[in-house]
Amino acid sequence: MSDDIIVCRCEDIKLSEIRGHIEQGAHTTEEIKRRCRCGMGPCQGRTCMPIVAQELSKATGKSVGEIQLPTFRQPTAAIKLGALTGGDGDD
Amino acid sequence: MQWGTETNCLLSRESTHMLENLAELLEVDVDIELHQGGYLMPAYTEKMAGQFKKNLELQNTLDIPARWVTPQEAKEIVPLLNTDGMIGATFCAKDGHCNPFKATEAYARAARRLGVEIRTYTEVTGLYAECCNIRKVKTTTGDISTSHVVMAAGGYSKPLCRTVGVEIPLYPERHEILVTEPVDPVQEAMVMSFHHNLYCQQSPHGSFIMGIGHPDLPESFDTRSSWEFLQEMARRVLKVLPGLAGLNVIRQWAGLYDMSPDRQPILGPVGGVDGLHIAAGFSGHGFMISPVVGRIVAEKLLGLPTVLPVDMFDAGRFQRGELFIEPSVV
Repeated sequence: MSDDIIVCRCEDIKLSEIRGHIEQGAHTTEEIKRRCRCGMGPCQGRTCMPIVAQELSKATGKSVGEIQLPTFRQPTAAIKLGALTGGDGDD
Repeated sequence: MQWGTETNCLLSRESTHMLENLAELLEVDVDIELHQGGYLMPAYTEKMAGQFKKNLELQNTLDIPARWVTPQEAKEIVPLLNTDGMIGATFCAKDGHCNPFKATEAYARAARRLGVEIRTYTEVTGLYAECCNIRKVKTTTGDISTSHVVMAAGGYSKPLCRTVGVEIPLYPERHEILVTEPVDPVQEAMVMSFHHNLYCQQSPHGSFIMGIGHPDLPESFDTRSSWEFLQEMARRVLKVLPGLAGLNVIRQWAGLYDMSPDRQPILGPVGGVDGLHIAAGFSGHGFMISPVVGRIVAEKLLGLPTVLPVDMFDAGRFQRGELFIEPSVV
């Protein structure tokens, strides 16, 4: 895979950046997330985290299944602040 | 820096100075993303306005550049602000925020350069004392022999102190927070409303971050998110910043404040066990004052005079009934 490929589409993070953080000693998905925002966009890492896990697997010798993924948070899908108060008049 | 006591004004002022020059101070190449866009603190009652104006007098004698602004001026600072019912606000342009992960990384790098060993993925399981002297820290990767321990484990400081029979009156309080999708910069300043008990800022990344606390929940170490928070947060923030209604919330999470009975930290040695020093109970404003507190803790350990007085934060004050009353704390 080319180093220039975009891994995290939400935050525009390239594969070369991920590899750079791993070289500097970030050996978990949580550390990589905190360093560069990878996986912190609206999709919460649905695209990038499997690729990051692969890279971590290559670097650490662990199997991909052993690489822990970051916590997935509510809400599952984005929701507007206005929509959250939309029913208030009906209570 | 908009505090109501001289001690807190000075701690935050000195910490701000340190954060402004942190990379140089620590001689590390880390950008902590410091953004000084100011804090705007609106007042909605005469009582609140009176307290804020009293705070301003104190702040100005300490060279903190905070000022009173009218609702119209407040709207110029934060264009999305709803000024209905607002008497005025205080604003300090030098207040701001930075990225705590980056600031921690900067300190970690500087510490490693000085020969400090940092054990990551290691949990402290307890302390060990002999004849009222600290002897060991027990961890999941082995014991560490030592005669001095600085207990800076936030809300977990209380259970850890109990492993050597020391009781400190801290308790965890759950706070929840959410982040929105990133948008173009529209809000430089952080809005902190005591009246609505909320804060809301736009990060340099473009996302809005906002949160509220749950002071009425029973004490627990629960850090899960609740669905009630999303609605409650939306209701409160849209009263203050109605223009945010169209923003998408993309993520929510929760964390613990380490609360003390007077919402001020416990700093210094604790009676009963020699060598045990406490730096905990920051009650939500720990990161803000951490640079200078780190320096003071080091000075105290070395028996040097401290750069600022902190004796009023000693662990014995609760028993003596000498609470430190800060009128301006969320």
